[in-house]
Amino acid sequence: MAAGPMKMRASVNGGVTDIRVLMTHPMETGQRKDQDGKLVPMHFIQNVTVKLNGKTVVESQISQGVSRNPVFSFRVKGGARGDKVEVSWVDNQGESNRTETAIA
Amino acid sequence: MIRAAVVFLAAVCALPAGAQDAKKEIERYQRMVSEGSPVELFEIGGEELWKKPAGPRNVSLEKCDLGLGPGVLKGAYARLPRYFADTDRVMDLETRLVHCMTTLQGRSLQDATRRVFGNEDRPSELEYLSAYIAAQSRGVKMAPGTRHPKEQAALELGRALFFHRAGPWDFSCASCHGEPDRRIRMQELPVLYEPRYARAVVATWPAYRVSNSQLKTMQWRLNDCYRQMRMPEPTFGSEATVALNLFLAATGQGEPYRGPGTKR
Repeated sequence: MAAGPMKMRASVNGGVTDIRVLMTHPMETGQRKDQDGKLVPMHFIQNVTVKLNGKTVVESQISQGVSRNPVFSFRVKGGARGDKVEVSWVDNQGESNRTETAIA
Repeated sequence: MIRAAVVFLAAVCALPAGAQDAKKEIERYQRMVSEGSPVELFEIGGEELWKKPAGPRNVSLEKCDLGLGPGVLKGAYARLPRYFADTDRVMDLETRLVHCMTTLQGRSLQDATRRVFGNEDRPSELEYLSAYIAAQSRGVKMAPGTRHPKEQAALELGRALFFHRAGPWDFSCASCHGEPDRRIRMQELPVLYEPRYARAVVATWPAYRVSNSQLKTMQWRLNDCYRQMRMPEPTFGSEATVALNLFLAATGQGEPYRGPGTKR
């Protein structure tokens, strides 16, 4: 349910690769109440992994829901045009998604 | 003498400078917000819906004629609202989509308009589709239909509605959108009968609203304006809402489309 589309852009500039990735996710904080007044349980992306040509370059942990449909951006040293960037996430309910693109 | 001049200058500059700073800060905020806009996710979702077979006939919307021929999407949104000969009426994007759902897919009107406005947990299919279709007009100059007699009639009706005061507060659209340099909190109120203000507005709707985490359509915008004016809720896709939409689009014509936008 949470795993909707993702959209990623990666470009290299001066030896640094800029990666921006948009994720579909409700990112519930656990504080919000639904129409019946019941708390909506926490549901957020917990781990984000960025791989460059199959090698893990960023591994991040997120402690709470930050924003619905969040954008994450990473700056990674190295990388060249055409290199493969892969971003994947796992949320606190075990759902996951991934996307990949070539550096432009 | 010099001191007096400095004091005088300071006094003259003080007031506008404050207003300018606030405006600049609002612009900076809006820029930051649009850089991380999830509007593309709605475009992707809309493309899937456009191509997905649905309804009793189990066909997709790909043969839907938005004015430039069946299935032609490039630049179609920039030409709406416009007159359609097959229905003999002026239609905007959402009205036309509902028409395609009922004629092509064989869905009932009731089924096609069951959820015209979604919520953040479950957006409406019209919201996804609007984002996808509007995006195919990026860079195309807005040029809604204004020549056909029915288009001209709608334009006049829209103009009349814009200035028509009614409801318990005796409000019209022009009550809020009729004077320059007004705003509600962070939101500037553009003077929508003047092209220089209207252009930026029509070029960025439909739009993702950060405060609701939702993509909003023009029909929603008009509907919610009427709610804020404490007027009865207008019927979705009605002659009145399409006319008002055409009036706004025609006032802002000529601007290259750069949406779907991002609003506060």
